[in-house]
Amino acid sequence: MRILIIEDDKEAAAYLVKAFRETGHVADHAADGLDGYAMAEAGDYDVLVVDRMLPKLDGLSLIRSLREQKVETPVLILSALGQVDDRVKGLRAGGDDYLPKPYAFSELLARVEVLSRRRASAPSSEPTVYRVADLELDRLSHRVTRSGHEIVLQPREYRLLEYLMKNANQVVTRTMLLEHVWDYHFDPQTNVIDVHVSRLRSKIDKGFDKPLIHTIRGAGYMVRVGSVEDEE
Amino acid sequence: MTGLGKLFRTTAFKLSFAYLVVFTLFAFVTLGYVAWSAEKVLTDQFVSTIETEIDGLAQQYRNGGLRRLVNVVDRRSRTPGASLYLVTTELGERVAGNVGALPPGVIDRVGQFETLYNRTDETDTKPNVALVRVYLLPGGFRLLVGRDIEERIRLRDVIHRAIGYSLLFIGVLGCLGSWFIARRVLKRVDDMTDITRDIMAGDLGGRLKIAGTGDELDRLAQNLNDMLDRIGELMRGMREVSDNIAHDLKTPLTRLRNKADEALRTARTPDELKAALEATIEESDNLIRIFNALLMIARLEAGNAREALAEFDAAEAVRDVAELYEAVAEEVGVTLDVSVESGESGLPIHGSRELLGQAMANLLDNALKYGAAPDGSTQTITVSAQRVGQEARIVVADRGPGIPEEERSHVLERFVRLETARSRPGFGLGLSLAAAVARLHEGRLVLEDNAPGLRVVLILPLKEAPVPQAVLPSAA
Repeated sequence: MRILIIEDDKEAAAYLVKAFRETGHVADHAADGLDGYAMAEAGDYDVLVVDRMLPKLDGLSLIRSLREQKVETPVLILSALGQVDDRVKGLRAGGDDYLPKPYAFSELLARVEVLSRRRASAPSSEPTVYRVADLELDRLSHRVTRSGHEIVLQPREYRLLEYLMKNANQVVTRTMLLEHVWDYHFDPQTNVIDVHVSRLRSKIDKGFDKPLIHTIRGAGYMVRVGSVEDEE
Repeated sequence: MTGLGKLFRTTAFKLSFAYLVVFTLFAFVTLGYVAWSAEKVLTDQFVSTIETEIDGLAQQYRNGGLRRLVNVVDRRSRTPGASLYLVTTELGERVAGNVGALPPGVIDRVGQFETLYNRTDETDTKPNVALVRVYLLPGGFRLLVGRDIEERIRLRDVIHRAIGYSLLFIGVLGCLGSWFIARRVLKRVDDMTDITRDIMAGDLGGRLKIAGTGDELDRLAQNLNDMLDRIGELMRGMREVSDNIAHDLKTPLTRLRNKADEALRTARTPDELKAALEATIEESDNLIRIFNALLMIARLEAGNAREALAEFDAAEAVRDVAELYEAVAEEVGVTLDVSVESGESGLPIHGSRELLGQAMANLLDNALKYGAAPDGSTQTITVSAQRVGQEARIVVADRGPGIPEEERSHVLERFVRLETARSRPGFGLGLSLAAAVARLHEGRLVLEDNAPGLRVVLILPLKEAPVPQAVLPSAA
């Protein structure tokens, strides 16, 4: 995955470039809005990580200009302003996701990976049935089966599983789940999400040899076949 | 700017000056009219006197011809007075009368006019002005009857002088008055400016003087003083908050520092170092949470989040958050009893679903943390949302130890945690944030006794449902 980081804080940028490279991605860096715009327009990047406050051209104007030029590369906005109205402004300007500073790198990585995958598969090609090993989720009939046995889920559990399966083989963080399943963006201080996932897990994985919902330590959850190395 | 220039620029001076100009014009017109009227009255009187004389003389002429006329004129000329008579031949030679020299040609002008003349008995003095009327008599004789109008001219002069002096007086007194008023006002404004400058320089205790006259300057001073009081209050609040922040952030920061320091000194194996690093990350995450909560409260109180407000259904938001916490409550053996009134329109509110959600999450968090019954019996937290009049009442009630009445207003402040809660995790910001959210929605947060337990009531004004459009009768 090719990532362009547009961030004026050199130290933060160096940290991100290094971290992305360590996780096996290609990462470039632009130090101001104009450079960032030129590189984003010319280069074939999978995801742009844009700081909101940039010299020469601020983050939101940069995104707006890119969208006007029909550059549809997914953009994740990083901002020190973590407030409700700032998120709305950022998404309105054409951003695809919004992460307030400070953030954990695992959170950023998970979101960037989801964004790049979204780019790879156009919305129309989204399958009507999600399949992971013997687990199936039919998005038209809202039926969930495992090895042919129907599993009855509450509406919220269904949406939780749907989001996890849509992003199968990718890490999904707790805040991402809260955002997409409950449509809230605040930081859940207690383990509310964990309890919901463990309930879902007890319905999906109980009685089967191979668990499909895995906990990724320090990051979140992942649906996939086979074990995950750093599972708890 | 010079002192005088400053004076001339004051509103009081400009206003007084404008009034002065208007008043002067008015006085001029009034006095002018009086002068004109007086002159007219006098002139009319002269004319009628002359006409009476002429009537008399005409009678004499009709009765006794020219000779009789000459005799009468001669006799009248000798009586002292302002009346003037003259009878001349066609060539202008005097036959009778008391008028000596006349400017040439006057005697040939028939009609009424003003002219210079000299009496026969005072040929050497300078000529006077008279109003005269000249008649042509048969045989080329001319009769002139007139009246000296020097008197009238003197009166006119007196009046004109009076007008002049009056205007001068008005002008001088007006200017003095304007100057005096302007100076008085300017002095008060200057005093205010001095005091405000002192206040700006840092003396926040200073207050403007109230003259006690109840005028507009007094009202302004009063308002400014009230504003200063409010600013002082805010400053005190800010200082309190920053003291609290200093205290409550320093504690975890010190812990963070000590952990790193300890790890550096004592950790021997990579695993120990890793564990220490993880602990410091966790500690810094806590710090970030505190910062975020503080920033959010500050932003909410500054009213900055207003543009993110939109209409949403509070009932649904409450149901969502309750559902989010239901699982976690069950996990710790607490029953969440949710009763949300869901009428047709729900509970429409103009606000932020996100912020209400956050506030609800904080309240539920608190209830789960502190709402455990002392005896450890089965625990219930009640969540309800209903419409009461024009308000939505959202209640989170627990059966825990509650909050003593005297502490209730206190716990809504930032960083306040009851002694009994000190031993548990938390920052003392949850209720403050919920209260700030309530204020943003123009509502309020009330703490009540749940007998036993705590009942937190979030009261938010409902958005008026739009009046339904009248349904048009169908064409059929």
